[in-house]
Amino acid sequence: MTSIDENSKEKLRSVSVDLNHDASLLIDIPDALCERDKVKFTVHTKTTLSSFQKPDFSVPRQHEDFIWLHDTLVETEDYAGLIIPPAPPKPDFDSPREKMHKLGEGEATMTKEEYTKMKQELEAEYLAVFKKTVQVHEIFLQRLSSHPVLSKDRNFQIFLEYDQDLSVRRKNAKEMFGGFFKNMVKSADEVLISGVKEVDDFFEQEKTFLLDYYSKIKDSTAKAEKMTRAHKNIADDYIHISATLNSLAADDMTANKKNLEKLSDLFEKLRKVEGRVASDQDLKLTELLRYYMRDIQAAKDLLYRRARALADYENSNKALDKARLKSKDIPQAEEHQRQCLQKFDKLSESGKKELTSFKGRRVVAFRKNFIEMAELEIKHAKNSVTLLQGCIELLKSN
Amino acid sequence: MAASSDRNPPPFPTAEESEPGLCDMADADSDEGEDIFVSNSHYSTLLISPCPNGLQTVMTARLCGGCLQSNPVSVSRGVSQPDRVTEEPSDLFSEEEEAASSTAAKANGVHSDDDNDLFADANVELSTDKSGSSARKEPSGPRHASSFTPSPAAMQPTSLEQLEEEEAKDSFDVDVAVTNPEKVGDGMNAYVAYKVSTRTSLPMFRSKVFSVRRRFSDFLGLYEKLSVKQSLHGCIIPPPPEKSVVGMTKVKVGMDDPSSVEFVERRRAALERYLQRVVSHPSLLQDPDVREFLEREDLPRAVNTQALSGAGFLKMINKASDAVNKMTIKMNESDTWFEDKFQEVENEEQQLRKLHVVVDSLVNHRKELCGNTAVFAKSLAMLGNSEDNTALSRALSQLAEVEDKMEQLHQEEAASDFFIFAELLGDYIRLLGAVRGCFDQRMRAWQRWQEAQSTLQKKREAEAKLLWANKPDKLQQAKEEITEWEARVTQYERDFDRIGMTVRKEVLRFEKEKAKDFKSQIIKYLEAMLQSQQRLHQRCSTGKCDLEVCVVKRAVPSFYIRYARTSHEQRRQTKNGESRSAVLA
Repeated sequence: MTSIDENSKEKLRSVSVDLNHDASLLIDIPDALCERDKVKFTVHTKTTLSSFQKPDFSVPRQHEDFIWLHDTLVETEDYAGLIIPPAPPKPDFDSPREKMHKLGEGEATMTKEEYTKMKQELEAEYLAVFKKTVQVHEIFLQRLSSHPVLSKDRNFQIFLEYDQDLSVRRKNAKEMFGGFFKNMVKSADEVLISGVKEVDDFFEQEKTFLLDYYSKIKDSTAKAEKMTRAHKNIADDYIHISATLNSLAADDMTANKKNLEKLSDLFEKLRKVEGRVASDQDLKLTELLRYYMRDIQAAKDLLYRRARALADYENSNKALDKARLKSKDIPQAEEHQRQCLQKFDKLSESGKKELTSFKGRRVVAFRKNFIEMAELEIKHAKNSVTLLQGCIELLKSN
Repeated sequence: MAASSDRNPPPFPTAEESEPGLCDMADADSDEGEDIFVSNSHYSTLLISPCPNGLQTVMTARLCGGCLQSNPVSVSRGVSQPDRVTEEPSDLFSEEEEAASSTAAKANGVHSDDDNDLFADANVELSTDKSGSSARKEPSGPRHASSFTPSPAAMQPTSLEQLEEEEAKDSFDVDVAVTNPEKVGDGMNAYVAYKVSTRTSLPMFRSKVFSVRRRFSDFLGLYEKLSVKQSLHGCIIPPPPEKSVVGMTKVKVGMDDPSSVEFVERRRAALERYLQRVVSHPSLLQDPDVREFLEREDLPRAVNTQALSGAGFLKMINKASDAVNKMTIKMNESDTWFEDKFQEVENEEQQLRKLHVVVDSLVNHRKELCGNTAVFAKSLAMLGNSEDNTALSRALSQLAEVEDKMEQLHQEEAASDFFIFAELLGDYIRLLGAVRGCFDQRMRAWQRWQEAQSTLQKKREAEAKLLWANKPDKLQQAKEEITEWEARVTQYERDFDRIGMTVRKEVLRFEKEKAKDFKSQIIKYLEAMLQSQQRLHQRCSTGKCDLEVCVVKRAVPSFYIRYARTSHEQRRQTKNGESRSAVLA
């Protein structure tokens, strides 16, 4: 069971810029517990809005509750013209758990110190994954709260306030299956709809851009992840080297002993730096790319909904024409067409707004993160340089 | 990337090493004392430094301006490390200072003052009169570490310093380099010939500077010859790099890919280190085979080094029988020093193997990081391409470039990891194997002695029987045999003792060398790491500045116009009269 504190969270917030500046509704996740597979978040709300019963309250929530909230928002027709913030991914502790397992198996071959260090390293990794998942959930809520329309959603308020278990509201098996089926239909639809002629230049450009960008950013995310993992491996190697050098030095009776000890010390310190380089790169680069990949997917969904509405509108046009031809059911067809047009227009308008602000958001976030990452790398490089210089001094002066 | 091992002459057992055992030996057994000193005079001229010119001049500055016989040791080499060498002189002296008593510091002070005067003498004496120098060294021999105290006898400290300086100076008298690998021939009969260049001032060589071309099997042949001859004396013979069928086949077939280039470079560096170790060993350098190897134009093909030859099989059989022998013999160890040392050597070898495995994995991971970074950089560049916001697009491509440069850095780091660290460990694992071989030699000598003793015993019993059976003629023969075997027993016993002493000496020398070698290699490795971290720091800083410049102008999203990646700021600003949507802060 692990929990995090306020301070470390502040530093972690990276992928989206400050969302919590609207004092009328402030949300954060100050605390989280991890029990085996499940993570329990404590969602804390501070509000000045009268729609809530209390100005300051907290509720426990699980990951599935977030997913429920996301799905209900997606399914709400009224929000079809909005980019719904992407649902936070499921907490994934597989990687550190697997490593822990392997470590346990290999315990016999290592010295006690080495084992302790590896264990520490693994625990740090576990903690990092944990922090990341808390952050991602928090950002989801904060984006909702800072959106003018979504923050007023009734379901959102229930989510924040309802102090009993939300499990009754979660999807049961039938709904899950239904959801799955809907996804399949949707992807088939997407193919059909991409053939629909786009009337608006803006959306045309956006579509091309987003599709292209999405595939590229997906690629970059995967590659960034591999790169970060290689860094992590190197940091782990340093641990082993340090430990082996230590045992060499322990047995060595000659002048070599001191040199080996110093080198072992150096590697121990270096691995901390390397580990930090790896985790910083992970947070600032990989997480950023991953988050925006999901965000772009949400934007694509918006475009899809709009295209769907356009297709509906065109169909309704055709139906109206047919009705006119047959001179039957004209008022219904007209009504239907009017509705479709209305829906389409609404979607187009809000879609345009959303996409524009999305762009801006993205640019700013990228900039912030890249610069921060560069600064951190500079700091770490400086650290390494100092360490190495110190060790070389020591060795030479011996 | 040639790793060099700077070899000192073996420390005068009494002066440098505070090993009581050795001191005793030098004192008590004058025979052995003679051996040491006689050969020492050879030592003084033997020492090698594979260091380029820089070292020479540094040395001269430190010791005595210009008196040093400057052998401009600037042999061409694949990669030279001029920076590293400045460590050696301070190491040399600092190590010897440490070994001596604390008052050595004072002695050293004296030493540097008297440099100029001393050296003039030292030069002359050495080159002209070897026996003279040995005679001068003798009195310093039996002195113990305590002799370093600044005794009123001005001669004593100065002569010791003289010795130190001579050793230091002479350590640069033979220099070997292996360079210019060239592929000769074609197809499966092709081989790589290396240029072996020597610079020396030793009179025993025909000229001062010469070079020959040798191939890998020649090096192996040299090792074979040396081990056959020298192993009986208990010397530690440096082992050559291993054969590699896979690597060589690739080179033969003519593939010019980076892995075969790396293979050849690795082999070249390993051969160079091998030769340097051979040449720095005092008794090995005396061996005519070594001289022949260095000098002779055309060496007869060493066919018995081929794996599938008759000699190869013979070797395998010998090794097997040796292994069996070792298991069955239980040596009666009178001197625990050997047992302890052997245990130490074995432990160390094991640890080094473990370390080698880990370092190998580090090298692999770094290479992986390299590859991943390169791939990521490309992907990021493509992302930058498709980004429609100009500033961000530029920023992304800047970042991609930075990552590209990082890949190069990682590449170099991996190379230095490998060539410096991993190879060092590999070398020492093999060397420790050779040390163990030494101990085995001693055991075999003991075996021979014991067997001779038991044969003598049997002969004596036979004689007694004959005496009792009263056969005078056979008795005479028996007596002769007994005398013969008695002589043998004495000889074997002496052999055994001598081997014991040589082994001891060799092991101590080896340890000293190892400490120095490790230290210099570690420093070299760390300096390489330092350099790459500094470059990384620099690249990140410039990268960051570029990034900040790139995105500093508030990016106005250009909906309606698409720009090529290289569009200018101006164009963007003029054309964007359109409504600017608020960029969320």
